[in-house]
Amino acid sequence: MITIITGIIYVLLGIGVFFNILASIGLLRFPDVYTRLHAGTKCTTFGSIFIIGSVIILGLRSWYFGDVNGSVLAIHSMGALLAILVTNPTGAHAIARAAHKSGVKPAQAVIDTLEKEDNS
Amino acid sequence: MMPLADEYLIVLIILSLAIVMAMIRIILGPTAPDRVVGLDTINTIVIVSMVVFGAIFEQVIYIDVAIVYALLSFVSTLYIAKYLQGGEY
Amino acid sequence: MLAFVITTIVCFITYLLFTTGSGDIAGLWSIEELLIGLILSLITGFISQTVFVKDEDVRMANPLKWLLFLVYAIGPFFVSLAKANVDVAYRVITGKINPGIVKIHPNLKTDLSVTILANSITLTPGTLSVDIDEENNDLYIHWINVDEQAIKQTPIDCKYVCGSFPQWIRRIAE
Repeated sequence: MITIITGIIYVLLGIGVFFNILASIGLLRFPDVYTRLHAGTKCTTFGSIFIIGSVIILGLRSWYFGDVNGSVLAIHSMGALLAILVTNPTGAHAIARAAHKSGVKPAQAVIDTLEKEDNS
Repeated sequence: MMPLADEYLIVLIILSLAIVMAMIRIILGPTAPDRVVGLDTINTIVIVSMVVFGAIFEQVIYIDVAIVYALLSFVSTLYIAKYLQGGEY
Repeated sequence: MLAFVITTIVCFITYLLFTTGSGDIAGLWSIEELLIGLILSLITGFISQTVFVKDEDVRMANPLKWLLFLVYAIGPFFVSLAKANVDVAYRVITGKINPGIVKIHPNLKTDLSVTILANSITLTPGTLSVDIDEENNDLYIHWINVDEQAIKQTPIDCKYVCGSFPQWIRRIAE
């Protein structure tokens, strides 16, 4: 039982760390604000789900073995996860809108409907 | 200390590497929105690191701090965005 | 009045969730925490009732809708979130991008449903909501890999950008 849970936690941690590192590499590699937001928002959110999920599983495990502190750990981690899930995309939306209004053009753009309608 | 503390410490080291890479983006720029994107990424990684710290040292207060930090950093991101776009929100 | 009761109940449940492990009642709470939580949530409910429940609109108080939202979050939403990340990983490693900003007309009415849709779009494959047309709730979306067939008409068809999300959200929030 314990070895299975430990294995699950290893897998979750591996996926989470991989995507968080990938977010930073994407920030460095992509050419403009909007594509960087793609990397910086999606990948960190997804990685955070897995890392915090492993902490939640850890808390539930120690709750199962009779430690009430485990429940506190699990529920508070869920609160932090919920806060990340709600605030991250909204913040990205605000930054994208601000960037467009302050005049940053999308690089290598095929089509830009918003730009056309602002000018007309 | 709790079980798996060493593994979680390795995770923290890799996460701080990710923070350093995002900081390079903040220094390079080139425009202000780019820097805000870097800051937003760093905020999320810091929140995750706080939760992992709380798990390692079995101090739930760290996770409470992480929740409050998440909400405050969201508000600060919104205000920077409002400042950048100018005019009415 | 109904707005006050709903806000108080939601505050109290949140308070209870964050104070587990403090005592012996039901194995989790102490009597002091319960009393202080009740007083604080009454005060909070009185102050913020008009913010939390807008215009006496209490349709979202239905637990069935929360259950549907949970099914949506775990089922189609999580699957496309995973797809999105594999897609972004592929683009980070190869550097192949073909971006553009397009307009969609999801045909949703309330503020809440448009918010859920915009956040879902931001977290799903290759798309990021940039701006909103507040008159008829059209969304402008930055798309990292533009489909040549999709951009022949404006506003383009929802199915290229967000799949079946508008139908789900209409069922949840309207």
